[in-house]
Order: sequence, then C-alpha cells, then structure tokens
Amino acid sequence: MTTQDEGSSQGPSRRKVLECMTWAGTGVLWTVAGGVPKSLGIIDQAVAQQSKGFTFLQISDSHMGFDKPANPNVKSTLEEAIGRVKALPQKPSFMIHTGDITHLSKPAEFDDAERIISQARLDVHYVPGEHDLIDEAPGKLYRERYGRGTKGAGWYSFDADGVHFIGLVNVVDLKAGGLGNLGDEQLEWLEDDVKGRSASQPIVVFAHIPLWTVYPDWGWGTQDGARALGYLKKFGSVTVLNGHIHQVMQKVEGNVTFHTARSTAFPQPAPGTAPSPGPMKVGDDKLRTMLGIASVTFKQNEQRLAIIDTPLQS
Amino acid sequence: MKALTNTVFAGVAALFLLTGTPAAAEEAAVKIGNFTFGPKDLKVKSGTTVIWTNEDDIPHTVTSTTMAFKSKALDSDDKFSFTFTTPGTYQYFCSLHPHMTGTIVVEAATGSNVPPPK
Repeated sequence: MTTQDEGSSQGPSRRKVLECMTWAGTGVLWTVAGGVPKSLGIIDQAVAQQSKGFTFLQISDSHMGFDKPANPNVKSTLEEAIGRVKALPQKPSFMIHTGDITHLSKPAEFDDAERIISQARLDVHYVPGEHDLIDEAPGKLYRERYGRGTKGAGWYSFDADGVHFIGLVNVVDLKAGGLGNLGDEQLEWLEDDVKGRSASQPIVVFAHIPLWTVYPDWGWGTQDGARALGYLKKFGSVTVLNGHIHQVMQKVEGNVTFHTARSTAFPQPAPGTAPSPGPMKVGDDKLRTMLGIASVTFKQNEQRLAIIDTPLQS
Repeated sequence: MKALTNTVFAGVAALFLLTGTPAAAEEAAVKIGNFTFGPKDLKVKSGTTVIWTNEDDIPHTVTSTTMAFKSKALDSDDKFSFTFTTPGTYQYFCSLHPHMTGTIVVEAATGSNVPPPK
C-alpha cells in the first residue's frame, strides 16, 4: 500500500513523500524521505537500515483494570507488549505512552501499570487519556505520578537527539457536543514553545486523542487541533502520534505525518463499522493480532522517519 | 455490580424532610448504551427522579452543561440519579465522550404545589 500526499506536487521543495508497506504481514513500515520518493526495497534491508537510527517506542491505551469480555486480562497483554520491548535487538532511547494507562484512575491500576511498564527499564514520557483523570479529585493521582515538570493539566516538551518532543493534553475541559480539546492556555504555551526553533528541527507531537479528525461521529478528533498544527507549519518534519482509537491509522498532510497506535488492552472497531466505538470482542485467537506497540526511528541526516507497528502476535 | 453511587440521595431525603413533601416519588430511567443516552430527550414532571444506568463496557459521566448536576465516572452498571424540582430544560453530556448529549425537560407538576428549590 502506498499513500502519497496528493497536494504536494505544487508544494514546497521540502515536501515529503510517504511510503508504507506491510512488513512480513505483521506490521506496517513507514518511511518519509525528503525530496525524492524512495522505496525501501526489500524488508530485511529496511529493517537493517532503520535499526541504525535513533529509536523510541510508543505504547498506548493499557487500560489497567479493564476486565470485560473484549479482554479480561489486560495485565498479561501489557506484559507481553513489554516483553516485546525487552526483546528488541537494539535498545530504544525511551518510551512514550499516549494515555489511558488505567481504565478508572484507581491507585491499584496506576500501580499495576508502573510495575509492568518499568520492567522495560526505559524512561517513559506520559500524557494522560480521559480514563486517567476520573479519580475523586480529577487528575490528582495522574499528576502525582507523572505531572512533575509539566504545565497545566500535564503538557510539556523536551529534546532528544536533536528532535523536539511535545506532549499535549487534549482530554480535559471537553465541551458538550465537541471533540478533544487543547484550550487557549495550552495553545499559547505551544506557540511560545516552538517560536525561535529552526524549521529544520524534526518535531514529534504526542497526545491521547487524535489531533486530526478521524471520525467526529465518535468524537475521534480534536476541536482546536488545527490551531496547534498551524503553529507547526514552518517545520519540515512533523510527526503526530496518538492513541485513543485502539487501531493503527495514518495520514500524511504536507509535512505532517499522523499516526495512531494500537492499544495493549482491547481493539475498537473501524470508524462507522459498529453501533459505537466500544471495546470490540474478537476471537481469542485474533485478539493479539489487534494489540501491539509501535517503534519510531529517525535517521536525521537523511531526514527519514520510520514507524513500525508490531502486533503482539502475527 | 457497584453500590448505588451518590451523594444525591442524601440531598433528596433532606429536601423531603425540610419541605414535608413526600412526593409521589416519580422515577424515570435513562440507559447509557452504545455511547448514547436513551432516550436522548426526556420529558418529566417536576419532582421526578431520573436514574441513569451505564450499560456500556466503558465508563461515562452524566454532566449538566450548567453544572446543575454532575455524576462521577460511572463504571459498567453504575447508576446516577438526580431529582428535578425546578421546571426548565436541562442539557447534559458525557464529559469523557462529549459527543454524547441528552436533554431533560422538566414541566411543572400539575395539581400540586411543588416548592421551588432553595
């Protein structure tokens, strides 16, 4: 499968062309190459190439505490996901978790997540999902654990290997009838955070709910996401990583690559294919093909980024 | 199944004691299922207690747009109830999934004097 940015033929010289191909039937490999479209050729070569870059991992939607038929044992599937991380031949630099660590924001659920995820022995950068902020004093438990050094409801940025990472919170103060929400305070912070940065610095934005509108009927989008992306227009490489929808989706628009990760807990239906976005019950033999993790690699000098989604079982 | 959750019952009971209006204890039910409130729009007489029950595998809330009432996060099978004593139109939504919206229209109870809330 190949997706091209259709609007880019008149676009700026830095336009990116994105190639995507199935990877041994178990995942999807993406590459974004500056200028000339470039096929990665055979899979083994692609994997060998990407293993030389700076790599980090994304996990999402662990939902510790969920015990319904769609997956009565979310701890064991998270453990399997972390097992995959530990088995990687090259140790990633760190992990990001794009929210819904817990199902009901209970202390024991946060504790379970911490106990399992820490076995990867990697730094983890979190953003909250809506399920992480429903304790009695909303968000208190999340902020106690993960809020250090963050602003507002938990947003922050940091640099790693020349890449600027921005963790955003779009799950608080949601408006009736609306979608995910960033809010003025956070948007102003974002504008200020990227001001003065070189347009050639790669940007990675991560947040729980997709920043782009995936399916508004199910609330899968962020009301003021376009304003956030407006502040990132000048950058040649922007990667937006989200969770929330428990399935892999991707889109490229100009210099921006959007990508959502699988959950480690339970799958959700493709947009519009079910009466609601609720947890999807699949056969036991199929569940692990629909859960998983993602790894992201930058090869800075070649302006190349690759995202590989790996299910727990192929 | 979780215990009936709410602080509201205590408040309602206190109101009865204060007003001496035992009310015919009218109740109406709203089911939360498939990420929708059903019925989405509900008309009740003043004094009616509306009981929401979450039948989804995902937590939801019942949150008034004016904060007239607000449940905590309702896990599967959890209930929330609120007694409407003032006629008017009450819009509400799920603060976790805000595309879920509903309305309660409260009409004046006929044939009796329902005391206004304090």
